[in-house]
Amino acid sequence: MTEPTLFELSSPGRRGVRFPEPDVPKSALPEGFVRKDLPLPELAEVDVVRHFVRLSQKNYAVDYGLYPLGSCTMKYNPKINEDAARLPGFALAHPLQPIDTVQGSLALMYELQELLKEITGMGAVSLQPAAGAHGELTGVLIIRAYHQSRGDTKRTKILIPDSAHGTNPASSAMSGYEVVQLPSDKRGNVDLEALKAACDETVAGLMLTNPNTLGLFEENVLEVTRVVHEAGGLVYGDGANLNALLGIARPGDMGFDILHLNLHKTFSTPHGGGGPGSGPVAVTETLAEFLPGPIVTILEEGSEEVPPLYGFKMPNRSIGRVKAFHGHFGMMVRAYTYILMHGAEGLRKVAEHAVLNANYLLARLRHVYHIPYDRICKHEFVAEGIWDDAPGVHALDIAKRLIDYDFHPPTNYFPLIVREALMIEPTETESKQTLDKFADALIKIAEEAHTQPELLKSAPHHTPVGRLDEVKAAKELVLCCWFPEKESQAA
Amino acid sequence: MNIPSDLKYTTTDEWVKVEGNTAIVGVTDYAQSQLSDIVFFEFQVEIGDEVKKGGVIATLESVKAAADVNAPVSGKVIARNESLTEKFELVNSDPYGEAWMLKIEMSNPQELDTLMDATAYQKYCEEREH
Repeated sequence: MTEPTLFELSSPGRRGVRFPEPDVPKSALPEGFVRKDLPLPELAEVDVVRHFVRLSQKNYAVDYGLYPLGSCTMKYNPKINEDAARLPGFALAHPLQPIDTVQGSLALMYELQELLKEITGMGAVSLQPAAGAHGELTGVLIIRAYHQSRGDTKRTKILIPDSAHGTNPASSAMSGYEVVQLPSDKRGNVDLEALKAACDETVAGLMLTNPNTLGLFEENVLEVTRVVHEAGGLVYGDGANLNALLGIARPGDMGFDILHLNLHKTFSTPHGGGGPGSGPVAVTETLAEFLPGPIVTILEEGSEEVPPLYGFKMPNRSIGRVKAFHGHFGMMVRAYTYILMHGAEGLRKVAEHAVLNANYLLARLRHVYHIPYDRICKHEFVAEGIWDDAPGVHALDIAKRLIDYDFHPPTNYFPLIVREALMIEPTETESKQTLDKFADALIKIAEEAHTQPELLKSAPHHTPVGRLDEVKAAKELVLCCWFPEKESQAA
Repeated sequence: MNIPSDLKYTTTDEWVKVEGNTAIVGVTDYAQSQLSDIVFFEFQVEIGDEVKKGGVIATLESVKAAADVNAPVSGKVIARNESLTEKFELVNSDPYGEAWMLKIEMSNPQELDTLMDATAYQKYCEEREH
């Protein structure tokens, strides 16, 4: 059953709250500012609550089931994170409070910076960026500021492998750089010859994701970063896939100069509609002075009796602010809680189990789905959602059919270097039983694709609405639901 | 897969029709079938612009992906098919006809020799299918 919109549920005169008659004189609003009509839905509190509860029950979430969305790391978000974020000292803090009244919040931010430095092997961290792509933009602006600070203005290109996240080219283009795409080799690594050929004095940097979007560790990463550095460029690391490396390998040791982290992926803060995200940026010590700020720092060292005094400092050659106030503080509390709950050993286990889970699924599926770059994967892998002997069935049909089996579909049609891509990332939080159910469903769907293809092409069947018309949705953008008669009155 | 024999093809799935010194350019049937339904089209060059072989001349978006259209040859843009910005579905329905994108006055017609003929392009498409 479909749920009507709030506008369809609206009934004239219905309201949630009745205000008492004012006990002060009414003042007239200026003539030009008064609307004749305001076409908003009219509902009682109970209507609104039931509407949203019904919608929430139709929703799919990490609190409901497996969410194997490749490169999104949709892991379960432990509820203790929420307890910590709701502590009044954190939840009620205001960003404009005098610093001596929010020392606990500042201490948490400082310690989170230190923990992220340790985990990544980088020299300094800014917690400001609001999400991953925002961190990328911040990172590329740091690359630009670095080259400009040396008077090196001939660097106009950013190199990006074809296995990178789609946001990488966008972040580079938004920063005014020309994007040069690098091909992958047969093993899914950056093609070293193509990289060497592209590296000259016009290269500002390389944006590299490791593991890449094929879920594969960049086997030549040390050579790749060396080649870029020798050409005078910087190496940006897209940390979206850091879940595979936690506690095992550090981007700082691989030669990355800049790295963003997704607290809403690797560090279990809410992702997607449950956000907001948080995309801290880590850099080498050399680049620390370019970080966006202000950054939490120790203003006065503490002693055994007195804790240190924390405060804010703007880095000397900062690219400036990239976010109002200090970023998404609530997410920092959750990530900090997650890191402390796990400890060093626990974080390493996170990565080990994430990689083990992905390889277990890969082992169960590789005989049914074609895996184009088939080697030991990291936290995710990419399968082809197409068979020569099942014509007309595509990755999209498989994804839609998975919904009937009560699973969220994997990322599809990305990365572009795999045809009909299905990008599967189970994360470490899933049990063997859940992984088996998911693999069973995908194997059953592969069978259906050959015996009952219509079942896939018309899926999903067990949802409130069937297959959505994505073309119409993209072409005809209707973002509001006005009553036609109200719209005419308002006009 | 429709691959007309009188056209030249690029490895990035554009086609070229040569008329004298003019190159008419569009994307292939293979490209549109891989992208699926087009939902957005935008030119990246103006009439009179000089384009370089391999440079971006337009952007296509489908429900699956966004893709650049690259110039198969270098030269000066002398015409654009303006109707495409409204009726981009022509790229799906008639990629070699009504969905032509640009006319380029070639500055270096020898570049045509680097492009594939229909037989080579057919083989190139088949290779990518397996």
